[in-house]
Amino acid sequence: MRQVVHIFRKEFSTYFVSPIAYIVIAIFLLVTGWFFFSTFFIFNQANLRTFYTLLPIVFAFVIPAITMRLISEEINVGSDEILLTMPVTFRDVILGKFLASVALVVAMMIPTVAYPLTVSFMGQLDWGPVIGGYVGAAFLGAAFSAVGLFASALTRNQIIAFIIGLAICFTLTLIDKMLYFLPQSLLGVFSYLGADFHFQNIAKGIIDSRDILYFVSVCFVGLYAAYLTLLQRH
Amino acid sequence: MIQVKNLTKYYHTLCAVDQINFDIKKGEILGLLGPNGAGKTTTLRMLTGYLQPSSGSIFVKGLSVDAHILEIKKILGYLPESAPLYHDMLVFDYLNYVAAIRQINGDQKIGRIRQLADLCGINEVMHQPIGELSKGYKQRVGLAHAMMNDPEVLVLDEPTSGLDPNQIVEIRKIIKEIGKEKTIILSTHILSEAEATCDRIAIINQGKIVADDSTESLKRSAGGKHIMYLSLQDADFSAVQNALEGINGIEGVTRISETPNTLDISLTYQPTDDLRPDVYRKIKETDWILLDFHQETRSLENIFRELTRES
Repeated sequence: MRQVVHIFRKEFSTYFVSPIAYIVIAIFLLVTGWFFFSTFFIFNQANLRTFYTLLPIVFAFVIPAITMRLISEEINVGSDEILLTMPVTFRDVILGKFLASVALVVAMMIPTVAYPLTVSFMGQLDWGPVIGGYVGAAFLGAAFSAVGLFASALTRNQIIAFIIGLAICFTLTLIDKMLYFLPQSLLGVFSYLGADFHFQNIAKGIIDSRDILYFVSVCFVGLYAAYLTLLQRH
Repeated sequence: MIQVKNLTKYYHTLCAVDQINFDIKKGEILGLLGPNGAGKTTTLRMLTGYLQPSSGSIFVKGLSVDAHILEIKKILGYLPESAPLYHDMLVFDYLNYVAAIRQINGDQKIGRIRQLADLCGINEVMHQPIGELSKGYKQRVGLAHAMMNDPEVLVLDEPTSGLDPNQIVEIRKIIKEIGKEKTIILSTHILSEAEATCDRIAIINQGKIVADDSTESLKRSAGGKHIMYLSLQDADFSAVQNALEGINGIEGVTRISETPNTLDISLTYQPTDDLRPDVYRKIKETDWILLDFHQETRSLENIFRELTRES
Protein backbone atom coordinates (compact mmCIF):
# COMPACT_ATOMS: atom_id res chain seq x y z
CA MET A 1 0.00 0.00 0.00
CA ARG A 2 2.94 2.30 0.69
CA GLN A 3 3.98 1.94 -2.93
CA VAL A 4 0.56 3.22 -4.04
CA VAL A 5 1.20 6.39 -2.05
CA HIS A 6 4.62 6.94 -3.64
CA ILE A 7 3.29 6.44 -7.14
CA PHE A 8 0.29 8.66 -6.39
CA ARG A 9 2.55 11.43 -5.11
CA LYS A 10 4.81 11.26 -8.13
CA GLU A 11 1.96 11.25 -10.65
CA PHE A 12 0.10 14.04 -8.90
CA SER A 13 3.14 16.30 -8.72
CA THR A 14 3.97 15.55 -12.37
CA TYR A 15 0.61 17.11 -13.28
CA PHE A 16 1.66 20.35 -11.63
CA VAL A 17 5.28 20.31 -12.82
CA SER A 18 4.16 20.11 -16.42
CA PRO A 19 1.55 22.53 -17.78
CA ILE A 20 -1.16 19.83 -18.06
CA ALA A 21 -2.92 20.58 -14.78
CA TYR A 22 -3.02 24.33 -15.33
CA ILE A 23 -4.33 24.05 -18.89
CA VAL A 24 -6.98 21.47 -18.01
CA ILE A 25 -8.18 23.37 -14.95
CA ALA A 26 -8.25 26.70 -16.81
CA ILE A 27 -10.26 25.26 -19.71
CA PHE A 28 -12.63 23.45 -17.38
CA LEU A 29 -13.36 26.60 -15.37
CA LEU A 30 -13.75 28.69 -18.50
CA VAL A 31 -16.23 26.32 -20.13
CA THR A 32 -18.33 25.57 -17.05
CA GLY A 33 -18.20 29.19 -15.86
CA TRP A 34 -19.34 30.56 -19.18
CA PHE A 35 -22.17 28.08 -19.73
CA PHE A 36 -23.37 28.38 -16.17
CA PHE A 37 -23.42 32.13 -15.79
CA SER A 38 -24.47 32.95 -19.36
CA THR A 39 -27.90 31.43 -18.70
CA PHE A 40 -28.02 31.90 -14.93
CA PHE A 41 -29.72 35.31 -15.01
CA ILE A 42 -32.20 34.21 -17.68
CA PHE A 43 -33.47 31.35 -15.51
CA ASN A 44 -33.37 33.65 -12.49
CA GLN A 45 -33.23 30.74 -10.02
CA ALA A 46 -30.80 30.40 -7.12
CA ASN A 47 -29.55 26.87 -7.82
CA LEU A 48 -26.77 25.05 -9.67
CA ARG A 49 -28.97 22.95 -11.97
CA THR A 50 -27.43 24.19 -15.23
CA PHE A 51 -23.94 23.62 -13.87
CA TYR A 52 -24.74 20.02 -12.94
CA THR A 53 -26.60 19.33 -16.18
CA LEU A 54 -23.48 20.32 -18.03
CA LEU A 55 -20.92 18.66 -15.79
CA PRO A 56 -21.02 15.04 -17.09
CA ILE A 57 -20.49 16.11 -20.69
CA VAL A 58 -17.63 18.45 -19.74
CA PHE A 59 -16.07 15.67 -17.65
CA ALA A 60 -16.37 13.31 -20.63
CA PHE A 61 -14.01 15.66 -22.50
CA VAL A 62 -11.73 16.82 -19.71
CA ILE A 63 -11.05 13.61 -17.78
CA PRO A 64 -9.74 11.57 -20.72
CA ALA A 65 -7.36 14.48 -21.31
CA ILE A 66 -6.15 14.09 -17.73
CA THR A 67 -5.75 10.33 -17.88
CA MET A 68 -4.48 9.91 -21.45
CA ARG A 69 -0.78 10.16 -20.57
CA LEU A 70 -0.83 8.06 -17.41
CA ILE A 71 0.07 4.71 -18.93
CA SER A 72 0.49 5.34 -22.66
CA GLU A 73 3.38 7.74 -22.05
CA GLU A 74 5.16 5.14 -19.94
CA ILE A 75 4.79 2.59 -22.71
CA ASN A 76 5.91 5.08 -25.34
CA VAL A 77 9.01 6.29 -23.50
CA GLY A 78 9.75 2.79 -22.21
CA SER A 79 9.80 3.93 -18.59
CA ASP A 80 7.34 1.15 -17.72
CA GLU A 81 10.36 -1.12 -17.90
CA ILE A 82 11.97 0.86 -15.10
CA LEU A 83 8.79 1.17 -13.08
CA LEU A 84 7.79 -2.48 -13.30
CA THR A 85 11.23 -3.81 -12.44
CA MET A 86 11.15 -1.95 -9.13
CA PRO A 87 9.38 -3.73 -6.28
CA VAL A 88 5.84 -2.69 -7.26
CA THR A 89 2.90 -4.68 -8.55
CA PHE A 90 0.51 -3.85 -11.37
CA ARG A 91 -2.08 -3.15 -8.69
CA ASP A 92 0.13 -0.52 -7.04
CA VAL A 93 0.78 1.17 -10.37
CA ILE A 94 -2.86 1.27 -11.45
CA LEU A 95 -4.22 2.39 -8.09
CA GLY A 96 -1.55 5.07 -7.68
CA LYS A 97 -2.23 6.55 -11.10
CA PHE A 98 -5.99 6.29 -10.65
CA LEU A 99 -5.88 8.14 -7.35
CA ALA A 100 -3.66 10.85 -8.86
CA SER A 101 -6.24 11.43 -11.57
CA VAL A 102 -9.12 11.51 -9.06
CA ALA A 103 -7.14 13.97 -6.94
CA LEU A 104 -6.67 16.24 -9.94
CA VAL A 105 -10.41 16.12 -10.65
CA VAL A 106 -11.06 17.14 -7.05
CA ALA A 107 -8.47 19.93 -7.33
CA MET A 108 -10.21 21.05 -10.49
CA MET A 109 -13.59 21.17 -8.74
CA ILE A 110 -12.37 23.21 -5.78
CA PRO A 111 -12.38 26.62 -7.54
CA THR A 112 -15.99 26.00 -8.67
CA VAL A 113 -17.06 26.35 -5.03
CA ALA A 114 -17.07 30.04 -5.98
CA TYR A 115 -20.25 29.39 -8.05
CA PRO A 116 -22.53 28.31 -5.17
CA LEU A 117 -20.97 30.98 -2.95
CA THR A 118 -21.79 33.67 -5.53
CA VAL A 119 -25.28 32.29 -5.98
CA SER A 120 -25.88 32.19 -2.22
CA PHE A 121 -25.35 35.99 -2.07
CA MET A 122 -28.03 36.52 -4.68
CA GLY A 123 -30.80 34.29 -3.40
CA GLN A 124 -31.88 31.56 -1.06
CA LEU A 125 -29.62 28.63 -2.04
CA ASP A 126 -30.56 25.11 -0.98
CA TRP A 127 -27.19 23.61 0.03
CA GLY A 128 -28.43 19.99 -0.01
CA PRO A 129 -28.38 19.49 -3.79
CA VAL A 130 -25.15 21.51 -4.00
CA ILE A 131 -23.32 19.16 -1.66
CA GLY A 132 -24.96 16.17 -3.36
CA GLY A 133 -23.67 17.51 -6.66
CA TYR A 134 -20.11 17.72 -5.39
CA VAL A 135 -20.27 14.21 -3.97
CA GLY A 136 -21.69 13.01 -7.28
CA ALA A 137 -18.99 14.87 -9.19
CA ALA A 138 -16.32 13.05 -7.18
CA PHE A 139 -17.90 9.67 -8.00
CA LEU A 140 -18.39 10.60 -11.63
CA GLY A 141 -14.78 11.84 -11.83
CA ALA A 142 -13.52 8.59 -10.33
CA ALA A 143 -15.57 6.47 -12.75
CA PHE A 144 -14.40 8.42 -15.79
CA SER A 145 -10.80 8.33 -14.50
CA ALA A 146 -10.96 4.53 -14.34
CA VAL A 147 -12.31 4.42 -17.90
CA GLY A 148 -9.64 6.86 -19.07
CA LEU A 149 -6.91 4.84 -17.39
CA PHE A 150 -8.09 1.75 -19.22
CA ALA A 151 -8.01 3.65 -22.52
CA SER A 152 -4.49 4.81 -21.70
CA ALA A 153 -3.33 1.24 -21.07
CA LEU A 154 -4.55 0.19 -24.51
CA THR A 155 -2.13 2.19 -26.62
CA ARG A 156 1.23 3.91 -26.66
CA ASN A 157 -0.30 6.91 -28.43
CA GLN A 158 -1.78 9.55 -26.14
CA ILE A 159 -4.10 10.99 -28.78
CA ILE A 160 -5.64 7.57 -29.41
CA ALA A 161 -5.94 7.02 -25.67
CA PHE A 162 -7.77 10.34 -25.40
CA ILE A 163 -10.18 9.53 -28.22
CA ILE A 164 -10.98 6.05 -26.89
CA GLY A 165 -11.51 7.44 -23.39
CA LEU A 166 -13.68 10.23 -24.75
CA ALA A 167 -15.76 7.80 -26.82
CA ILE A 168 -16.49 5.56 -23.83
CA CYS A 169 -17.21 8.43 -21.41
CA PHE A 170 -19.37 10.18 -23.97
CA THR A 171 -21.38 7.02 -24.59
CA LEU A 172 -21.81 6.45 -20.87
CA THR A 173 -23.04 10.01 -20.46
CA LEU A 174 -25.53 10.01 -23.31
CA ILE A 175 -26.68 6.42 -23.44
CA ASP A 176 -29.92 7.08 -21.55
CA LYS A 177 -30.72 9.96 -23.92
CA MET A 178 -30.44 7.73 -26.95
CA LEU A 179 -32.94 5.28 -25.59
CA TYR A 180 -35.60 5.96 -28.19
CA PHE A 181 -33.48 3.93 -30.62
CA LEU A 182 -33.91 0.87 -28.47
CA PRO A 183 -36.72 -1.65 -28.04
CA GLN A 184 -38.88 -1.24 -24.95
CA SER A 185 -37.54 -4.43 -23.35
CA LEU A 186 -33.97 -3.13 -23.16
CA LEU A 187 -34.93 0.29 -21.86
CA GLY A 188 -34.50 -0.49 -18.18
CA VAL A 189 -31.05 -2.02 -18.58
CA PHE A 190 -29.69 0.80 -20.70
CA SER A 191 -31.03 3.62 -18.61
CA TYR A 192 -29.27 1.99 -15.66
CA LEU A 193 -25.98 2.12 -17.62
CA GLY A 194 -26.16 5.88 -18.10
CA ALA A 195 -23.66 7.81 -16.00
CA ASP A 196 -25.63 11.02 -16.37
CA PHE A 197 -28.80 9.38 -15.00
CA HIS A 198 -27.03 8.30 -11.80
CA PHE A 199 -25.17 11.56 -11.43
CA GLN A 200 -28.34 13.64 -11.72
CA ASN A 201 -29.95 11.44 -9.03
CA ILE A 202 -27.16 12.28 -6.61
CA ALA A 203 -27.14 15.93 -7.70
CA LYS A 204 -30.77 16.21 -6.61
CA GLY A 205 -29.42 15.73 -3.11
CA ILE A 206 -30.57 12.12 -2.78
CA ILE A 207 -27.65 9.84 -2.10
CA ASP A 208 -28.95 6.40 -3.07
CA SER A 209 -26.85 3.27 -2.62
CA ARG A 210 -27.82 2.13 -6.16
CA ASP A 211 -26.18 5.20 -7.69
CA ILE A 212 -23.08 4.81 -5.52
CA LEU A 213 -22.93 1.14 -6.48
CA TYR A 214 -23.09 2.08 -10.15
CA PHE A 215 -20.07 4.39 -9.94
CA VAL A 216 -18.11 1.95 -7.82
CA SER A 217 -18.78 -0.79 -10.38
CA VAL A 218 -17.67 1.40 -13.28
CA CYS A 219 -14.45 2.16 -11.37
CA PHE A 220 -13.87 -1.49 -10.67
CA VAL A 221 -14.55 -2.61 -14.24
CA GLY A 222 -12.34 0.15 -15.68
CA LEU A 223 -9.43 -0.53 -13.34
CA TYR A 224 -9.68 -4.28 -13.72
CA ALA A 225 -9.72 -3.94 -17.51
CA ALA A 226 -6.62 -1.74 -17.26
CA TYR A 227 -4.99 -4.37 -15.06
CA LEU A 228 -5.74 -7.14 -17.55
CA THR A 229 -4.46 -5.01 -20.42
CA LEU A 230 -1.15 -4.43 -18.63
CA LEU A 231 -0.89 -8.10 -17.74
CA GLN A 232 -1.49 -9.07 -21.35
CA ARG A 233 1.27 -6.71 -22.50
CA HIS A 234 3.82 -8.61 -20.42
CA MET B 1 23.20 -16.92 -7.45
CA ILE B 2 21.21 -17.07 -10.68
CA GLN B 3 20.15 -20.23 -12.50
CA VAL B 4 18.50 -20.07 -15.90
CA LYS B 5 17.02 -23.30 -17.19
CA ASN B 6 15.64 -23.96 -20.69
CA LEU B 7 14.51 -20.37 -20.96
CA THR B 8 12.45 -19.73 -24.07
CA LYS B 9 10.57 -16.70 -25.32
CA TYR B 10 8.32 -16.46 -28.34
CA TYR B 11 7.01 -13.19 -29.72
CA HIS B 12 3.96 -14.58 -31.52
CA THR B 13 5.70 -17.08 -33.79
CA LEU B 14 9.16 -15.54 -33.67
CA CYS B 15 11.49 -17.33 -31.32
CA ALA B 16 13.63 -14.66 -29.64
CA VAL B 17 15.26 -16.82 -26.99
CA ASP B 18 15.59 -20.54 -27.56
CA GLN B 19 16.16 -22.95 -24.67
CA ILE B 20 19.07 -21.19 -23.04
CA ASN B 21 20.79 -22.36 -19.86
CA PHE B 22 23.37 -20.63 -17.72
CA ASP B 23 24.41 -20.15 -14.13
CA ILE B 24 25.94 -17.10 -12.54
CA LYS B 25 27.91 -17.42 -9.35
CA LYS B 26 27.95 -14.82 -6.63
CA GLY B 27 30.41 -12.03 -7.30
CA GLU B 28 30.80 -12.86 -10.95
CA ILE B 29 30.54 -10.40 -13.83
CA LEU B 30 28.89 -12.13 -16.77
CA GLY B 31 28.84 -10.51 -20.19
CA LEU B 32 26.11 -11.42 -22.64
CA LEU B 33 27.61 -10.84 -26.03
CA GLY B 34 25.81 -11.04 -29.31
CA PRO B 35 24.89 -9.22 -32.52
CA ASN B 36 21.81 -7.01 -32.69
CA GLY B 37 18.59 -8.96 -32.28
CA ALA B 38 20.30 -12.00 -30.80
CA GLY B 39 18.02 -12.07 -27.75
CA LYS B 40 20.20 -10.32 -25.17
CA THR B 41 17.64 -7.73 -24.11
CA THR B 42 14.83 -10.29 -24.09
CA THR B 43 16.86 -12.53 -21.79
CA LEU B 44 17.56 -9.68 -19.39
CA ARG B 45 13.93 -8.57 -19.44
CA MET B 46 12.82 -12.05 -18.42
CA LEU B 47 15.48 -12.13 -15.73
CA THR B 48 14.13 -8.92 -14.21
CA GLY B 49 10.52 -10.06 -14.38
CA TYR B 50 9.50 -7.46 -16.95
CA LEU B 51 8.59 -10.14 -19.50
CA GLN B 52 7.05 -13.52 -18.84
CA PRO B 53 9.03 -16.39 -20.35
CA SER B 54 7.13 -18.65 -22.75
CA SER B 55 8.71 -21.61 -20.98
CA GLY B 56 11.65 -22.45 -18.77
CA SER B 57 12.55 -21.15 -15.36
CA ILE B 58 14.79 -18.61 -13.68
CA PHE B 59 15.93 -18.78 -10.08
CA VAL B 60 17.58 -15.91 -8.26
CA LYS B 61 19.06 -16.86 -4.91
CA GLY B 62 16.96 -20.00 -5.06
CA LEU B 63 13.72 -18.02 -5.52
CA SER B 64 11.72 -18.59 -8.66
CA VAL B 65 10.97 -15.49 -10.75
CA ASP B 66 7.46 -16.82 -11.34
CA ALA B 67 6.42 -17.08 -7.73
CA HIS B 68 8.62 -14.62 -5.82
CA ILE B 69 9.03 -11.75 -8.23
CA LEU B 70 8.50 -9.07 -5.58
CA GLU B 71 11.27 -10.41 -3.32
CA ILE B 72 13.58 -10.72 -6.30
CA LYS B 73 12.87 -7.18 -7.46
CA LYS B 74 13.98 -5.99 -4.03
CA ILE B 75 17.50 -7.38 -4.42
CA LEU B 76 17.81 -6.58 -8.10
CA GLY B 77 18.92 -3.39 -9.81
CA TYR B 78 18.16 -2.97 -13.50
CA LEU B 79 19.31 -0.46 -16.09
CA PRO B 80 17.28 -0.95 -19.27
CA GLU B 81 18.73 -0.20 -22.67
CA SER B 82 19.12 3.54 -23.33
CA ALA B 83 17.79 4.40 -19.84
CA PRO B 84 14.13 5.28 -20.46
CA LEU B 85 13.48 7.72 -17.61
CA TYR B 86 10.68 10.20 -16.91
CA HIS B 87 11.55 13.19 -19.05
CA ASP B 88 9.67 15.84 -17.13
CA MET B 89 11.14 15.04 -13.71
CA LEU B 90 14.20 16.68 -12.20
CA VAL B 91 17.09 14.31 -11.57
CA PHE B 92 16.91 14.85 -7.83
CA ASP B 93 13.12 14.37 -7.72
CA TYR B 94 13.49 11.23 -9.74
CA LEU B 95 16.13 9.69 -7.48
CA ASN B 96 14.06 10.76 -4.49
CA TYR B 97 11.07 8.93 -5.94
CA VAL B 98 13.12 5.82 -6.65
CA ALA B 99 14.47 5.90 -3.10
CA ALA B 100 10.92 6.12 -1.77
CA ILE B 101 9.78 3.16 -3.87
CA ARG B 102 12.87 1.28 -2.71
CA GLN B 103 11.75 2.10 0.84
CA ILE B 104 14.84 4.02 1.85
CA ASN B 105 13.63 6.50 4.41
CA GLY B 106 14.49 9.75 6.12
CA ASP B 107 18.12 10.70 6.64
CA GLN B 108 19.37 7.61 4.90
CA LYS B 109 17.65 8.72 1.72
CA ILE B 110 19.51 11.98 1.22
CA GLY B 111 22.77 10.28 2.16
CA ARG B 112 22.23 7.51 -0.36
CA ILE B 113 21.32 9.95 -3.13
CA ARG B 114 24.46 12.04 -2.43
CA GLN B 115 26.61 8.94 -2.43
CA LEU B 116 25.22 7.77 -5.78
CA ALA B 117 25.51 11.24 -7.28
CA ASP B 118 29.22 11.24 -6.39
CA LEU B 119 29.75 7.72 -7.65
CA CYS B 120 28.02 8.32 -10.97
CA GLY B 121 29.22 11.92 -11.40
CA ILE B 122 25.81 13.54 -11.72
CA ASN B 123 26.16 16.24 -9.05
CA GLU B 124 26.10 19.08 -11.56
CA VAL B 125 22.83 17.98 -13.20
CA MET B 126 20.82 17.18 -10.07
CA HIS B 127 18.41 20.06 -10.66
CA GLN B 128 17.85 19.67 -14.38
CA PRO B 129 14.91 17.93 -16.01
CA ILE B 130 15.93 14.48 -17.23
CA GLY B 131 14.59 15.25 -20.71
CA GLU B 132 17.23 17.96 -21.16
CA LEU B 133 20.20 15.77 -20.26
CA SER B 134 22.65 14.41 -22.79
CA LYS B 135 22.59 10.70 -23.42
CA GLY B 136 25.65 10.10 -21.28
CA TYR B 137 24.17 11.83 -18.27
CA LYS B 138 20.87 10.00 -18.74
CA GLN B 139 22.79 6.75 -18.72
CA ARG B 140 24.49 7.75 -15.46
CA VAL B 141 21.19 8.69 -13.85
CA GLY B 142 19.92 5.28 -14.96
CA LEU B 143 22.92 3.68 -13.32
CA ALA B 144 22.27 5.59 -10.11
CA HIS B 145 18.65 4.40 -10.30
CA ALA B 146 19.79 0.79 -10.70
CA MET B 147 22.13 0.97 -7.72
CA MET B 148 19.75 2.80 -5.38
CA ASN B 149 18.92 -0.23 -3.24
CA ASP B 150 22.52 -1.44 -3.15
CA PRO B 151 21.38 -4.50 -5.12
CA GLU B 152 22.93 -7.93 -4.77
CA VAL B 153 22.36 -8.52 -8.47
CA LEU B 154 22.89 -5.75 -10.96
CA VAL B 155 21.51 -6.17 -14.47
CA LEU B 156 22.82 -3.72 -17.07
CA ASP B 157 21.61 -3.65 -20.66
CA GLU B 158 24.27 -2.03 -22.84
CA PRO B 159 25.52 0.22 -20.05
CA THR B 160 28.03 2.14 -22.14
CA SER B 161 26.03 2.74 -25.31
CA GLY B 162 26.03 6.40 -26.27
CA LEU B 163 28.83 7.43 -23.94
CA ASP B 164 32.03 9.15 -24.98
CA PRO B 165 35.32 7.28 -24.57
CA ASN B 166 36.16 8.98 -21.25
CA GLN B 167 32.77 8.16 -19.81
CA ILE B 168 33.04 4.58 -21.04
CA VAL B 169 36.28 4.15 -19.13
CA GLU B 170 34.66 5.67 -16.03
CA ILE B 171 31.55 3.49 -16.21
CA ARG B 172 33.70 0.41 -16.70
CA LYS B 173 35.70 1.39 -13.67
CA ILE B 174 32.49 1.72 -11.68
CA ILE B 175 31.26 -1.66 -12.90
CA LYS B 176 34.55 -3.32 -12.00
CA GLU B 177 34.43 -1.67 -8.61
CA ILE B 178 30.89 -2.81 -7.85
CA GLY B 179 31.61 -6.21 -9.33
CA LYS B 180 34.01 -7.00 -6.50
CA GLU B 181 31.10 -7.66 -4.15
CA LYS B 182 28.04 -7.87 -6.38
CA THR B 183 26.88 -10.19 -9.07
CA ILE B 184 26.61 -8.34 -12.35
CA ILE B 185 25.15 -9.41 -15.64
CA LEU B 186 25.59 -7.02 -18.54
CA SER B 187 24.83 -7.20 -22.20
CA THR B 188 26.89 -5.58 -24.90
CA HIS B 189 27.83 -5.90 -28.52
CA ILE B 190 31.18 -4.23 -27.95
CA LEU B 191 33.80 -6.95 -27.68
CA SER B 192 36.53 -4.95 -26.06
CA GLU B 193 34.08 -3.99 -23.35
CA ALA B 194 33.21 -7.58 -22.54
CA GLU B 195 36.90 -8.41 -22.59
CA ALA B 196 37.78 -5.53 -20.28
CA THR B 197 35.03 -5.88 -17.69
CA CYS B 198 33.70 -9.43 -17.59
CA ASP B 199 34.96 -12.52 -15.77
CA ARG B 200 32.87 -14.70 -17.99
CA ILE B 201 31.35 -14.28 -21.40
CA ALA B 202 28.32 -15.94 -22.92
CA ILE B 203 27.90 -15.40 -26.63
CA ILE B 204 24.31 -15.46 -27.85
CA ASN B 205 23.28 -15.84 -31.44
CA GLN B 206 19.74 -16.20 -32.76
CA GLY B 207 18.42 -16.93 -29.30
CA LYS B 208 20.92 -19.64 -28.47
CA ILE B 209 24.04 -19.60 -26.34
CA VAL B 210 26.88 -20.58 -28.65
CA ALA B 211 29.76 -20.13 -26.21
CA ASP B 212 29.93 -19.74 -22.45
CA ASP B 213 33.28 -19.67 -20.73
CA SER B 214 35.68 -17.49 -18.79
CA THR B 215 37.16 -14.68 -20.83
CA GLU B 216 40.64 -16.23 -20.58
CA SER B 217 39.77 -19.72 -21.74
CA LEU B 218 37.57 -18.37 -24.51
CA LYS B 219 40.55 -16.54 -25.88
CA ARG B 220 42.76 -19.59 -25.47
CA SER B 221 40.27 -21.90 -27.10
CA ALA B 222 40.20 -19.64 -30.11
CA GLY B 223 42.97 -21.94 -31.32
CA GLY B 224 43.00 -22.87 -34.97
CA LYS B 225 45.59 -21.50 -37.31
CA HIS B 226 47.51 -18.28 -36.99
CA ILE B 227 47.98 -15.99 -39.89
CA MET B 228 50.94 -13.77 -40.81
CA TYR B 229 50.65 -10.96 -43.33
CA LEU B 230 53.53 -9.77 -45.49
CA SER B 231 53.86 -6.97 -47.99
CA LEU B 232 56.86 -7.12 -50.30
CA GLN B 233 58.33 -4.94 -53.02
CA ASP B 234 60.18 -6.17 -56.07
CA ALA B 235 59.08 -9.72 -55.47
CA ASP B 236 57.53 -12.36 -57.66
CA PHE B 237 54.79 -14.52 -56.18
CA SER B 238 56.03 -17.91 -57.31
CA ALA B 239 59.53 -17.15 -56.04
CA VAL B 240 58.15 -16.03 -52.71
CA GLN B 241 55.96 -19.08 -52.50
CA ASN B 242 58.88 -21.41 -53.16
CA ALA B 243 61.08 -19.69 -50.64
CA LEU B 244 58.58 -19.49 -47.80
CA GLU B 245 56.97 -22.87 -48.18
CA GLY B 246 60.39 -24.31 -47.52
CA ILE B 247 60.21 -23.12 -43.92
CA ASN B 248 59.27 -25.89 -41.56
CA GLY B 249 55.76 -25.28 -40.13
CA ILE B 250 54.34 -22.99 -42.81
CA GLU B 251 51.21 -24.64 -44.17
CA GLY B 252 50.25 -22.34 -46.97
CA VAL B 253 51.13 -19.17 -48.82
CA THR B 254 48.27 -17.22 -50.36
CA ARG B 255 48.37 -14.23 -52.64
CA ILE B 256 46.08 -11.44 -51.43
CA SER B 257 46.86 -8.81 -54.05
CA GLU B 258 49.57 -8.00 -56.50
CA THR B 259 50.41 -4.69 -58.16
CA PRO B 260 53.48 -4.07 -60.33
CA ASN B 261 55.30 -2.79 -57.27
CA THR B 262 54.00 -4.64 -54.26
CA LEU B 263 52.90 -8.10 -53.42
CA ASP B 264 50.66 -8.86 -50.44
CA ILE B 265 50.60 -12.41 -49.15
CA SER B 266 49.39 -14.28 -46.14
CA LEU B 267 50.98 -17.29 -44.44
CA THR B 268 49.06 -19.78 -42.35
CA TYR B 269 50.76 -21.87 -39.69
CA GLN B 270 50.03 -23.75 -36.47
CA PRO B 271 50.23 -21.53 -33.40
CA THR B 272 52.62 -23.89 -31.60
CA ASP B 273 55.85 -22.23 -32.78
CA ASP B 274 56.72 -18.64 -33.42
CA LEU B 275 57.86 -18.66 -37.04
CA ARG B 276 58.53 -14.97 -37.42
CA PRO B 277 62.33 -15.19 -37.03
CA ASP B 278 62.50 -17.91 -39.70
CA VAL B 279 60.39 -15.91 -42.12
CA TYR B 280 62.47 -12.80 -41.53
CA ARG B 281 65.76 -14.63 -42.06
CA LYS B 282 64.47 -16.08 -45.30
CA ILE B 283 63.51 -12.67 -46.61
CA LYS B 284 66.84 -11.17 -45.57
CA GLU B 285 68.62 -13.64 -47.88
CA THR B 286 66.83 -12.16 -50.91
CA ASP B 287 66.73 -8.63 -52.28
CA TRP B 288 63.01 -8.13 -51.74
CA ILE B 289 62.06 -5.07 -49.79
CA LEU B 290 59.90 -5.76 -46.77
CA LEU B 291 57.14 -3.12 -46.41
CA ASP B 292 54.84 -4.69 -43.86
CA PHE B 293 55.06 -7.69 -41.62
CA HIS B 294 52.44 -8.51 -38.99
CA GLN B 295 50.80 -11.43 -37.32
CA GLU B 296 47.12 -11.60 -36.56
CA THR B 297 46.41 -12.86 -33.10
CA ARG B 298 43.00 -14.45 -32.98
CA SER B 299 41.14 -12.35 -30.49
CA LEU B 300 37.59 -12.52 -29.24
CA GLU B 301 36.60 -10.73 -32.37
CA ASN B 302 37.39 -13.72 -34.54
CA ILE B 303 35.59 -16.11 -32.24
CA PHE B 304 32.62 -13.82 -32.16
CA ARG B 305 32.49 -13.50 -35.92
CA GLU B 306 32.88 -17.21 -36.41
CA LEU B 307 30.16 -18.12 -33.93
CA THR B 308 27.64 -15.53 -34.96
CA ARG B 309 28.07 -15.54 -38.71
CA GLU B 310 24.78 -15.86 -40.58
CA SER B 311 24.37 -19.49 -41.43
